Amino acid sequence: MNRTATLSWNRVAIYAALIFFSLIYLAPFAVVLLNSVRDVREIVGSSAIGFPKELRLSNWSAAWNSYCINGHCAGIAPFIWNSLAITVPATLISTMLGALNGYSLALWRFKGDNFVFALVVMGIFLPEQMKLIPWATVLAELGLSNTAMGLVFIHSIQGMSFATLFCRNYYLAIPPELLKAAHIDGAGFFRIFWHIVLPLSPPILIVTVIWQFTSIWNEFLYGVTFTSGEQQPVTAALVALTSQIAQAPEFGIQSAAVVLAALPTLLVYIFGGRFFVRGLTAGAVK
Amino acid sequence: MWFKRVLPHLVIWPPLAVSVFYVVSYTLWTTWLSFTDSQQFASNNWVGWRNYASIIGQSKVHTAYTNLLIYGFGFVVLTSLIGLLLAVLVDQRIKAENLFRSIFLYPMALSFIVTGTVWSWILNPGLGIQKLVRNLGWTDFQFNWIVDRDMAIYTIIIVAAWQASGFAMALFLAGLRSVDADIVKAAEIDGASAARTYVSVIFPCMAPMFVTVFVLLLQFAIKTFDLVWVLTAGGPGIATALPTLVVYDYMFERGQLGRGSAAAVLMLSTLLLVVVPYWLWRRRRATA
Repeated sequence: MNRTATLSWNRVAIYAALIFFSLIYLAPFAVVLLNSVRDVREIVGSSAIGFPKELRLSNWSAAWNSYCINGHCAGIAPFIWNSLAITVPATLISTMLGALNGYSLALWRFKGDNFVFALVVMGIFLPEQMKLIPWATVLAELGLSNTAMGLVFIHSIQGMSFATLFCRNYYLAIPPELLKAAHIDGAGFFRIFWHIVLPLSPPILIVTVIWQFTSIWNEFLYGVTFTSGEQQPVTAALVALTSQIAQAPEFGIQSAAVVLAALPTLLVYIFGGRFFVRGLTAGAVK
Repeated sequence: MWFKRVLPHLVIWPPLAVSVFYVVSYTLWTTWLSFTDSQQFASNNWVGWRNYASIIGQSKVHTAYTNLLIYGFGFVVLTSLIGLLLAVLVDQRIKAENLFRSIFLYPMALSFIVTGTVWSWILNPGLGIQKLVRNLGWTDFQFNWIVDRDMAIYTIIIVAAWQASGFAMALFLAGLRSVDADIVKAAEIDGASAARTYVSVIFPCMAPMFVTVFVLLLQFAIKTFDLVWVLTAGGPGIATALPTLVVYDYMFERGQLGRGSAAAVLMLSTLLLVVVPYWLWRRRRATA
């Protein structure tokens, strides 16, 4: 009797702690969500933490398509399109090339393949600051400065590091006998990739796509350095919006813009969370 | 026929070559620039260690590295502690485990620009927690760390720990679940309390995971840029400057590419100081 009593008190303490931490984690999100429907005078008058007295849904439409950012009065929408135009192609290209890299590194072993792999993975550790001037120069040479195309180019190449890491480690688990048999049957590089490797790949491709999408969407430094004005991705536009707010506070509209900018990766997380976590830990532990 | 044999090579090598080439050449490129007198534009005039000598003398660089030391230490300790606590809590055969895990980890899916913006309001004394508590009646309540030169760096630690502790939890949880169940059972049969079992049996078994988490968080701290940019922009003054911000400042605010490159190389060296021993340690473990 006594033992079960202490046991259940333990359970209560565990759940209390879990709920306490959950509230801390969710609080900032609740704050921004509530502010997005509050009147700015109400926020400034009371505080940024509070419930709306009346729903102000107009913040959302203003944030979406009429508020001025970077002197361009069309809301956050154009910048969200920019980010999509950067993130979607760069995600697809880097994943495709990474899968190909992983395939050749894992299954078409050659002399020094481990060394090559180590160099590719180095790309993950190399800080962005080491690549700023080279990228700026390369973009200028290619005539891609201040374009979405330029950022697609950068992220396609850089994204290959992670994609190669994921795919190579995954493909290592494919038994070589399978390939040998196919090879004896006369299947070549592409036939094997297409008919054997690719059908086994969906799990790792989903992990890679989700990982790339999230990290490219969230990227800020290249966005703010290599683009300006209407060309900026949404992260850079949010910062521009914030510095504007310093002059004339519009916290309600800004909150709505923040939620809109966070929505794509949040949706990806809600629907593909376990793949995201797998990418997070796989990239970390390897 | 020869084309069919050559084609795979044409497909294999270019992407592989590009992913290797850019890493190596960019590293050499920036390192080379750090030894030149490049200002607004890249130049090839060799000046030896002059850029390094000049930035190492700058008080801003001193502040940035002192900050990195405080922030790196505080962030790694706080994030690991919270992450470990959450992992242990989640590991108690609880209901709705997935839900709790998702809640603790969702900040990792968001941009620092998003989370940083929200936290900058919460921490802003005229708008956030301080204002809220004062409105509730405690009119002399103070929480103004973010605008306090001596305390601002700690707000960076708090927000970064909030964002990354779910990540530490995920890794620790993987560690906890890889510990041999028989060993744990043996400890329980011997009458060890739950706390005792964790501290003396389970944690030592997952020691390598602790090293991994520390190193990952530390390299994350060294690379921190976005978060500080939106939260304090390195301020007040230069109170929260970090090496990443120093590089940006030299390169794009002052137009001193040579010094900026030297600052970037210095940053890379700091990173290598953390990562290389880790790599060597992992290799030794893998071969042992």
